[in-house]
Amino acid sequence: MADQVPLSMTVNGRTRRGMGEPRLTLADFLREQALCTGVHLGCEHGVCGSCTVLMDGEAVRSCLLFAVQAEGADITTVEGLAPDDETLHPVQEAFRDCHGLQCGFCTPGFVVSVAAFLEANPDPSDDEIRHGIAGNLCRCTGYQGIVAATRQAAAVLKGEGQ
Amino acid sequence: MADVVSLLAEHGDDAKPLAGGQSLVPLLAMRLTRFEHIVDLNRVDELFGVTADNGGVRIAAMTRQAAVETDATVADRVPLLHLATPHIGHFQIRNRGTIGGSVAHADPASEYPAVMLALDGTAEIASASGTREVPAAEFFESTFMTAVAPDELLVALRFSAWDQPAGFAFDEIARRSGDFALAGAAVGIGTDAAGRINRAAVGMLGVGPIPLRASSVEAALIGLAAADADPHEIGRLAADDMDPIGDVHASADYRRRAGSTLVGRILASALAQLTQEAGNG
Ligand SMILES: Cc1cc2nc3c(=O)[nH]c(=O)nc-3n(C[C@H](O)[C@H](O)[C@H](O)COP(=O)(O)OP(=O)(O)OC[C@H]3O[C@@H](n4cnc5c(N)ncnc54)[C@H](O)[C@@H]3O)c2cc1C
Repeated sequence: MADQVPLSMTVNGRTRRGMGEPRLTLADFLREQALCTGVHLGCEHGVCGSCTVLMDGEAVRSCLLFAVQAEGADITTVEGLAPDDETLHPVQEAFRDCHGLQCGFCTPGFVVSVAAFLEANPDPSDDEIRHGIAGNLCRCTGYQGIVAATRQAAAVLKGEGQ
Repeated sequence: MADVVSLLAEHGDDAKPLAGGQSLVPLLAMRLTRFEHIVDLNRVDELFGVTADNGGVRIAAMTRQAAVETDATVADRVPLLHLATPHIGHFQIRNRGTIGGSVAHADPASEYPAVMLALDGTAEIASASGTREVPAAEFFESTFMTAVAPDELLVALRFSAWDQPAGFAFDEIARRSGDFALAGAAVGIGTDAAGRINRAAVGMLGVGPIPLRASSVEAALIGLAAADADPHEIGRLAADDMDPIGDVHASADYRRRAGSTLVGRILASALAQLTQEAGNG
């Protein structure tokens, strides 16, 4: 077993330090040491998208990164999207309004992915939305609610209200 | 980079370079492979970036697929790379996955290897004893095996631009958006000033143990007037150039039939660009 190495990164605006073997994944660091348990681990090989976080603003699979690779990086998990504890991010609000979830397991990954997707494509067509969410798997909703939520969030973020 | 090649020289088979990790980390997570040493390339600045080069482009190995997708020089000079990139996985995968990793991993269903083969791209490979260039035709040796030895590093890929009227198209068949393709192809067709085809490049993915060229299709196109070529008839010839296997996703026969129909459609779209261009010009 390899020696433990020090780890340090910004998670949701706060500096987080920890220790781990070089093979510790970013997902496990975020869950177990930064206590961001909104980072869900479904498949642990990059397919399901539940562990998606933003690293320096870009949506990435935290299960496919080692924590040491995020040294000095700025990480945002689902917990860090909303401005404060009382408010939901427009994407979260939309998932609630449009029944974009049932069991909720995949939801954090979807919310983070959709937030990043809308940042890059503020005015997507339905077809673009379907491609945009293709990297996240949901086994309950049948996706219709998620597509509707993405559409609503796009409108809100553009300032069109609902 | 000197440090990387010396680490690879020191540890040989026990070390593995880590690029975007979008293929290597799943293999490690599933315990399909293990290495004593992982050499992370993500902070080696020289391995990133696209540069215009002799009328073509040089793309350093660690350039993310997402960067290839949006690079203006790539779109202008190597349109096939630009067209193929959105078919790779999902945007979250492309934010990390690299062009060098895709090519070094050499999955036969992968997009970039087929494009590299079709366009006669070259690989720049470095080791502690120097640098060498390997053409695409000699790069892909067998499934997941390339000319890059364990003590070597893939440093960059080079592509030349086509300096003639040309049409390019890429497409693939996959069960769901972002899945690895069951079959796909990258097509470039070039003509002389009179509209006669004098260059044809067809690279196929998912229909053999390595990416394959549809040589019968290429030969059939040469010498035809672009306006007269029947893409669907010629596309059928691709079946002879394939060597597919059957698996849970599709039988060998399905891949051969759907693949050659697809090649016909892609040829049609490349030819349509040429005839439109001729019509406009
Ligand atoms: C859900 C999902 C869907 C995907 N869908 C597709 C798809 O549709 N099409 C597709 O093509 N790919 C797909 N991929 C794979 C993805 O494109 C990978 O990024 C790519 O195959 C490997 O690139 P990487 O940079 O991640 O390399 P890594 O995973 O880091 O490395 C892959 C291999 O290449 C070696 N290597 C990497 N860089 C170098 C180098 N510079 N020199 C020498 N060796 C090197 C590594 O040692 C390793 O053996 C998918 C991945 C996931 C998780």
